[in-house]
Amino acid sequence: MNLFSFLFSSSLGRKLIMSLTGIFLITFLVVHCGINALIYMNDGGETFNLAAEFMGHTWYIRAMEIGLFVGLILHVVQGLYLASTNANRRPQNYAVNSASANSTWYSRSMGLLGTIILLFLVVHLRHFWVEARFLHSINDKNTMFTVMVAVFQNPMAVVIYVLGCLSLSYHLLHGFQSAFQTLGINHKSYTPIIQTVGTWFSIIIPFLFASMPVTIFLGLIK
Amino acid sequence: MNHDMNITLKVWRQENTNASGRFEEHKVVANPDMSFLEMFDVLNEQLIETGKEPIAFDHDCREGICGMCSMVINGRPHGPKRGVTTCQLHMRSFKDGDTITVEPWRANAFPVIKDLSVNRGAFDRIISAGGFVSVNTGNAVDANAILIPKEVADEAFEAATCIGCGACVSACKNASAMLFVGAKVTQLAKLPQGQPERETRVVAMVNQMDAEGFGACTNTGACSAECPKQIPLSVIANLNKEYYRAKMNGK
Amino acid sequence: MKLDAKIPQGPVSEKWNSYKSSVPLVNPANKRNLEIIVVGTGLAGSSAASTLAELGYKVKAFCFQDSPRRAHSIAAQGGINAAKNYQNDGDSVHRLFYDTIKGGDFRAREGNVHRLAEVSVNIIDQCVAAGVPFAREYGGTLSNRSFGGTQVQRTFYAAGQTGQQLLLGAYSGLERQVGLGNVKMYSRHEMIELVIIDGKARGIIARNLVTGKLERHFGHAVLLCTGGYGNVFYLSTNAMGSNVTAAWKAHRQGAYFGNPCFTQIHPTCIPVSGHYQSKLTLMSESLRNDGRIWVPKKQGDDRHPNDIPEEERDYYLERRYPAFGNLVPRDIASRAAKERCDAGYGVGSSKMAVYLDFRYNMVNKYGRAEASKRGIENPSEDILVALGKEVVKEQYGNLFDMYKQITDEDPYEAPMRIYPAVHYTMGGLWVDYELQTTVPGLYALGEANFSDHGANRLGASALMQGLADGYFVIPYTIGNYLSKEIHTKPITTDHEAFVAAEKIANDRIQQLMNINGKRSAESYHRELGLIMWDKCGMARNEAGLKQAISEIRALREDFYKNVRVPGKVEEFNPELDKAGRVADFLELGELMCIDALDRNESCGGHFREEYQTEEGEAMRDDDKYAYVSAWEYKGSDWQLHKEELNYENIKVQQRSYK
Repeated sequence: MNLFSFLFSSSLGRKLIMSLTGIFLITFLVVHCGINALIYMNDGGETFNLAAEFMGHTWYIRAMEIGLFVGLILHVVQGLYLASTNANRRPQNYAVNSASANSTWYSRSMGLLGTIILLFLVVHLRHFWVEARFLHSINDKNTMFTVMVAVFQNPMAVVIYVLGCLSLSYHLLHGFQSAFQTLGINHKSYTPIIQTVGTWFSIIIPFLFASMPVTIFLGLIK
Repeated sequence: MNHDMNITLKVWRQENTNASGRFEEHKVVANPDMSFLEMFDVLNEQLIETGKEPIAFDHDCREGICGMCSMVINGRPHGPKRGVTTCQLHMRSFKDGDTITVEPWRANAFPVIKDLSVNRGAFDRIISAGGFVSVNTGNAVDANAILIPKEVADEAFEAATCIGCGACVSACKNASAMLFVGAKVTQLAKLPQGQPERETRVVAMVNQMDAEGFGACTNTGACSAECPKQIPLSVIANLNKEYYRAKMNGK
Repeated sequence: MKLDAKIPQGPVSEKWNSYKSSVPLVNPANKRNLEIIVVGTGLAGSSAASTLAELGYKVKAFCFQDSPRRAHSIAAQGGINAAKNYQNDGDSVHRLFYDTIKGGDFRAREGNVHRLAEVSVNIIDQCVAAGVPFAREYGGTLSNRSFGGTQVQRTFYAAGQTGQQLLLGAYSGLERQVGLGNVKMYSRHEMIELVIIDGKARGIIARNLVTGKLERHFGHAVLLCTGGYGNVFYLSTNAMGSNVTAAWKAHRQGAYFGNPCFTQIHPTCIPVSGHYQSKLTLMSESLRNDGRIWVPKKQGDDRHPNDIPEEERDYYLERRYPAFGNLVPRDIASRAAKERCDAGYGVGSSKMAVYLDFRYNMVNKYGRAEASKRGIENPSEDILVALGKEVVKEQYGNLFDMYKQITDEDPYEAPMRIYPAVHYTMGGLWVDYELQTTVPGLYALGEANFSDHGANRLGASALMQGLADGYFVIPYTIGNYLSKEIHTKPITTDHEAFVAAEKIANDRIQQLMNINGKRSAESYHRELGLIMWDKCGMARNEAGLKQAISEIRALREDFYKNVRVPGKVEEFNPELDKAGRVADFLELGELMCIDALDRNESCGGHFREEYQTEEGEAMRDDDKYAYVSAWEYKGSDWQLHKEELNYENIKVQQRSYK
């Protein structure tokens, strides 16, 4: 127990949790994005539904889902804790602030971006996960795909999803490479690779996600 | 380049730690070859001659190595140039007619003493917690008995060039001291002499850093960008690594 | 009082060993009851405080800066000497001893200097063990370079930041003892009076510079590690805060001042650029390893240095001193630069500068070596310059950057312009072999004492002496005093001597505050500096010195009528700190001139125009002046005491670097 207490007591321990859960959530994004991208088979959601069915009814996937939520909650709770304590480290702010000269705006706004993503997640989970898991409204007729198509007929929903993905993109743009830095990986040959991969990841994955509501709304996917 | 420059300074004035501060505006005629602190000398001379209180600011060596000078100049610690301390910043980096805002380092861990002077005792306490090699005088073996590859010595040296000025803390949006701590931990972790205390050192220093009220690192990189000695961000990664390693070994 | 240097008997190479093996010791239990005050936390102070604390003494350390790590030792650039002979180039303890005595123009004590050379090797070991990242060769061994006044490579270095690395090493040792509770650290505290009880130093009055309050501190012994007084010249390479105050108060309380006029003017500094200038910046002596110093052969030659062809350049050091060339000692190089500039050959807008040129070695030494390493045959000059530049950058990059930052000129493209500037003071409180001043229980270490460098210090020897005194000398010698103090119980600071000392200090502060005149302390400092530089600087003469004395007296009188110290006493008040320091410089300046006037000879950094050879070299008078001047404070004037210097191991001769 003592061995791990630093994870919740020291600033570096908390950062380690942010990093590990962040990387875990990043791997989840790959899976999530991969499955969702099956709608681009444009087969009326047939393949996509099969995958959704598999994800929803396989016991070990369900078990991992619990892990996912634990990771997410840890990431959120620690993140909010760090953001709120970090915000109080100065008696007062600088009258003139030229932070853009030394760092990117999104690296300084991880708390804000994370909060937007969290709010988006509430909406997103209500749309799909709550339907499937608790309201049991997903069945042979009312498939995941049809729910999806229905949700994205509403332009407001599309806008929310696109904004959510944009926040995710910036969050990842800093978070991806930051996670490795926190883990202690900073090497003159590997770090540039991590940074390049991180940048492309932060653009491609959110773009794919954002493309789904847009294409469905435009009726390109049926 | 020898024309006079008319500069307007907005300077933070604060009587003591507990007083609330305010900005005060002053006009000063500068010369492009003056250092920023020499401009303050000129201003203070004016203030004294006119019966006003001069502005308190920290400075000592004026050659960029003691780490005493501070000042956040137009929102940037040590001013607009990279890799330079305030004492080595020259007025040629500004334009005639400029208005320059000068503030102290702002961080809970660095309380203002007066005007632009702050108390950086927290840094000493961090070093005191573990930033050393426990070797009493007289215990050393011959200096060439332990060979150190040039590359390793150079890396240790690069980290060891930190002047402890606190620009990293003042630049960081979280007022984190990770670059300062990382530099010392990296220097000693690289060298063979630092090995025996490698794990206890990093844990003790991080604990002290947290206790002093510095924020947590969010890897924005502002510290390294503003560091007058350009200590690289890799020292922070290294600090993380050293700390986790120590923790995994139950330290 | 007769001066007794207490130099141990026996052959010079055995003195220190036999002293160490016979000096009385203090047992560990008694050490815990003995308190030592260390003032100043540079190399000498930090190393002394930490070492004494390791031994078990209770130490209180004081510095006026906001952290002990900021003491001005931090700014030393080039390196630290040690007789390791790692280069197999003929170095030895004896040779370092000889070079130092000769470099000091035969005005230092043999016993002290030999001890310094002996412990020099331990210093390097100790620093490496403490984690100092010295420069290394590819094979992992330590790297060395040359400094002035020697023909071997014995200087250890860490780029151009050796002082920083050494001080941070000593500082980390000090902080370790602070953490262990063996040292109590008082930052932003300035010693402003010495407390003497029954003839022994027993404590200090310190001013807390943050609150302005006076504090009384007791110690069984007091160590002054407070550095030099070069700031008496206002413009110097010292830090703005460097001052003589602690040493001066000790002097006024009975500690003799040794050789005050011995000042080191460093040949390679960035020239003065304007009247507002607050300090001068050194360009390390190590640059003379690879830089060649020259002026145009034609007076008032205004061409760009790169346009002046080789045959029209006067490499005057190489011309005058072929054996040592550009690596002659500092006093000689400085005077030679002054001579050229005074004769009208100076360069730059002020004509008070000479060139320090790296191009030759960039091309021929480094460029060719790199080219051959990379197998480039018949490389063009441009390629050689580019290759050489990389090497120079690695060796001196930070210095070149600093030069560019200050002058806005790129030293990789054109030669640096340099001129001599005040750098170091060989003089200081007179101490005996044990580093004890004439006040029992009061010690002076490092630059604050007068001891090891004679009339001229060799490059890279200041760091060596500071650490020698703190790490390896005082821990032994203080035992001789403290072993007799084990029955002395700590004296309460309510003792009348503390009350009286505090009153003196307080009265002085009130006096300064009450003048309420028109001028800043800074303006007096500037004026004093000009007098000192013109009349007691690189060249001195009788008439000038006499004039300087009367000017200084007049200035001092004016200071006490017209200085204005703003603010309050009991607050953070840098102007008050400054005024107190300037007041002391105004007294010291006079003593320096008096000492310079007394010494009717030229030696080392002390050059009296009346006493020079036909070639313009310094002319010593060993019959009359082979002594240390130790000045006793007598209120309105000073009394001279002489410590005769005896040379038993080194043949005293006219110094020659030709």
